[in-house]
Amino acid sequence: MSLTDLSIAGARRALRAGETTALALAEAHLDAIARVNPRLNAYVTLHAERTLEQARGADPRLPLGGIPLGLKDIFCTEGVRTTAGSKILGNFVPPYESTVTARLRAAGAVSLGKLNLDEFAMGSTNANSMHGPCINPWSPPGRDLVPGGSSGGSAAAVAARLALGATATDTGGSIRQPAALCGVVGIKPTYGRCSRWGIVAYASSLDQAGPMARTVEDCAILLGEMAGHDPKDSTSADVAVPDFAAACGRSVKGLRIGVPAEYRPEGLSPEIAAVWDRGLDWLREAGAEIVPVSLPHTRHALATYYIVAPAEASSNLARYDGVRFGLRELHQGGNLNDLYEESRAAGFGKEVQRRILIGTYVLSAGYYDAYYLKAQKLRALIRRDFDEAWRACDAILAPATPTAAFSLAEQPDDPVTMYLNDVFTITANLAGIPGLALPAGLSAAGLPLGLQLLGRPFEEETLFALGGAMEKATQFTHKPGIVA
Amino acid sequence: MSLDADTVRRVARLARLRVQDADIPRLTDEMNGILGWVEQLQAVDTTGVEPLAGGNPGGASLPWREDRVTDGGMADAVLANAPDRQGDHYGVPKVVE
Repeated sequence: MSLTDLSIAGARRALRAGETTALALAEAHLDAIARVNPRLNAYVTLHAERTLEQARGADPRLPLGGIPLGLKDIFCTEGVRTTAGSKILGNFVPPYESTVTARLRAAGAVSLGKLNLDEFAMGSTNANSMHGPCINPWSPPGRDLVPGGSSGGSAAAVAARLALGATATDTGGSIRQPAALCGVVGIKPTYGRCSRWGIVAYASSLDQAGPMARTVEDCAILLGEMAGHDPKDSTSADVAVPDFAAACGRSVKGLRIGVPAEYRPEGLSPEIAAVWDRGLDWLREAGAEIVPVSLPHTRHALATYYIVAPAEASSNLARYDGVRFGLRELHQGGNLNDLYEESRAAGFGKEVQRRILIGTYVLSAGYYDAYYLKAQKLRALIRRDFDEAWRACDAILAPATPTAAFSLAEQPDDPVTMYLNDVFTITANLAGIPGLALPAGLSAAGLPLGLQLLGRPFEEETLFALGGAMEKATQFTHKPGIVA
Repeated sequence: MSLDADTVRRVARLARLRVQDADIPRLTDEMNGILGWVEQLQAVDTTGVEPLAGGNPGGASLPWREDRVTDGGMADAVLANAPDRQGDHYGVPKVVE
C-alpha cells in the first residue's frame, strides 16, 4: 500500500513499528501534492522546508507523531500566511497560532500546508475564493465539479490522498457538505467542543472546528487532539474530552435512530432517498431501532440562518478596516472614511459584501426586532425541536446534501437557490449539536453520496459508534479519478 | 417590505462599503430576493419564546475573570501586519485639520 493511502491509525502503527518514518510520509505527500495539486487547487500555501523539518523532529510516541495533515486556511498559523480565502487578508501573516492547530502540533502532527476555502467560509462550492476554485477530485474528464464548501480544499485534499487528514470548520455545513460531496468523513462537534481562538471568525455563535479524514476512527483520533477547554475562548466548553476513538467499535445495539419526516421534502433526489433507506437498513441490522421523529421548524432553518449568520458576520468583519492589518486601498487625497470604504470594497468578494449588507440591514435601527430578534426566537424553536426528539431517539440519520457534487459551471446565480445546498446541515449549527457526515454509496454517475448522523450535545461518542457500524456495512473503498 | 436604491446606499454607508452606482440595481435585487425569502419567518407564532443568542447547548453562561492585564508588551508583533506603520503607531490619513 502506498504511504498516501494509509489511514491515520494505520500510519501511526507503521510509524511505531518502525516500518516507515515521518520523513518518508511527509515526502510522499509533498510529492503527491506536487503532482496532483495543480489540477485540484486544494492547497493554496505550501511550506515544504517547514514540513520536512517538522517531520524530521517528529516523535512517533506522541498521539499524532509524524502524521501529515492539511490545515484549512482559516486557522491562524504563526509565521505562515493565513488568508481565509480573502483578498483583504491576502498578505496576512499571523504572529500567533490558533489553539486547535497548536494542539495538533503539540500532539506531533506535521503540517503540509494551507487549504483552499470559500472566502471567510461563506459558500457551499469553494468557488468564492481569492485563490480560485478548488476542484472535486471525483470530477470526470473534461467537467469540473465543485468539492462543496466552505472547506472544499480540506475535503478534496483528503479524498485525493494529498493529506491523511485535515482541519476544517462548519458554520452551516462547511465540514459535512464537502465531506459528503468528496466521499470522506467529517464531524462538526458540539458547539464549544473545540476552541475558536485563532480561527478567522465568520458567525461566532455557529462556527465550530472539526476534522476530516478517510475513516470514522481517524476523525475520532483527530477530534480527540483538537478538542478541549481553552480559557482564551469564552464559549469553549469546560468538559472532559472522552476517548472518541474507543467509541468507534462500540455496539449500537438498542440505540434508537430518529428519522425526521421533514428531511424528506418533495423533490428529494431519489438516489439520496435510496441511500438514506439503505443507511437505516444497515443500522437496523446492527441492532439499532428506527423510530420516526418530527422536527417541525426545520423548514424555517435556512431563513433563520441567513439572518443570524450575516448579522454576526457584519459585526465580526467590521474589524477589517485597512488600518491595523490586511489590504489598504485609498485614492490620492482620500480621508479616513474613504480608506475604510475603499479598502473593504476592494478586499471583500461579492458574496461576503452581500452578507455584510444583509447583516447590517437586519441589525439596523427599526429592523432589529422584525428580523434579528425574530430569527433568534426561531432558533430557540429549532433547538427545542431537537430537545423533544431526544426523548424518542439517541441520534438522527438524515441526508447530508440534497444532491451529489454539481458542476462548477452550473452553479446557480441566485443566492437563495445556492443557499438550499445547506438545507440539511444548518439545523445542527443553529441547535449547537454535533453532526457526522460519512460516505454511504455512489450515484449512478459514480459520485459519492453522503449521510449525516446528528446527536445530543457532547455525545459525539454515539455518532462515532454509529458511524463505525455504518462504515463497516458500507465498505466504501471507492477512489476518486484524480488521486495521488 | 421592499428596499429601494437609497436604502441600499444607506446600508452600504453604515457597513463602510464603497458601492458603485452601477452595482446598486443588482444589489437591490439580490437583497430584496433574500429579504423576501426570510419574510416567511413572520408567519411563525413566536409568542412567549425566549430568543436564543448563543450556540452553547444548555445556554451555558459566559465565564468571568478578574479584570487585570494578562498580556502585552509586544508592539512589534501587533504592528507586524500594519499597512502603514509609523513608529509604534498605525498611520491613517489626516483626521484633524
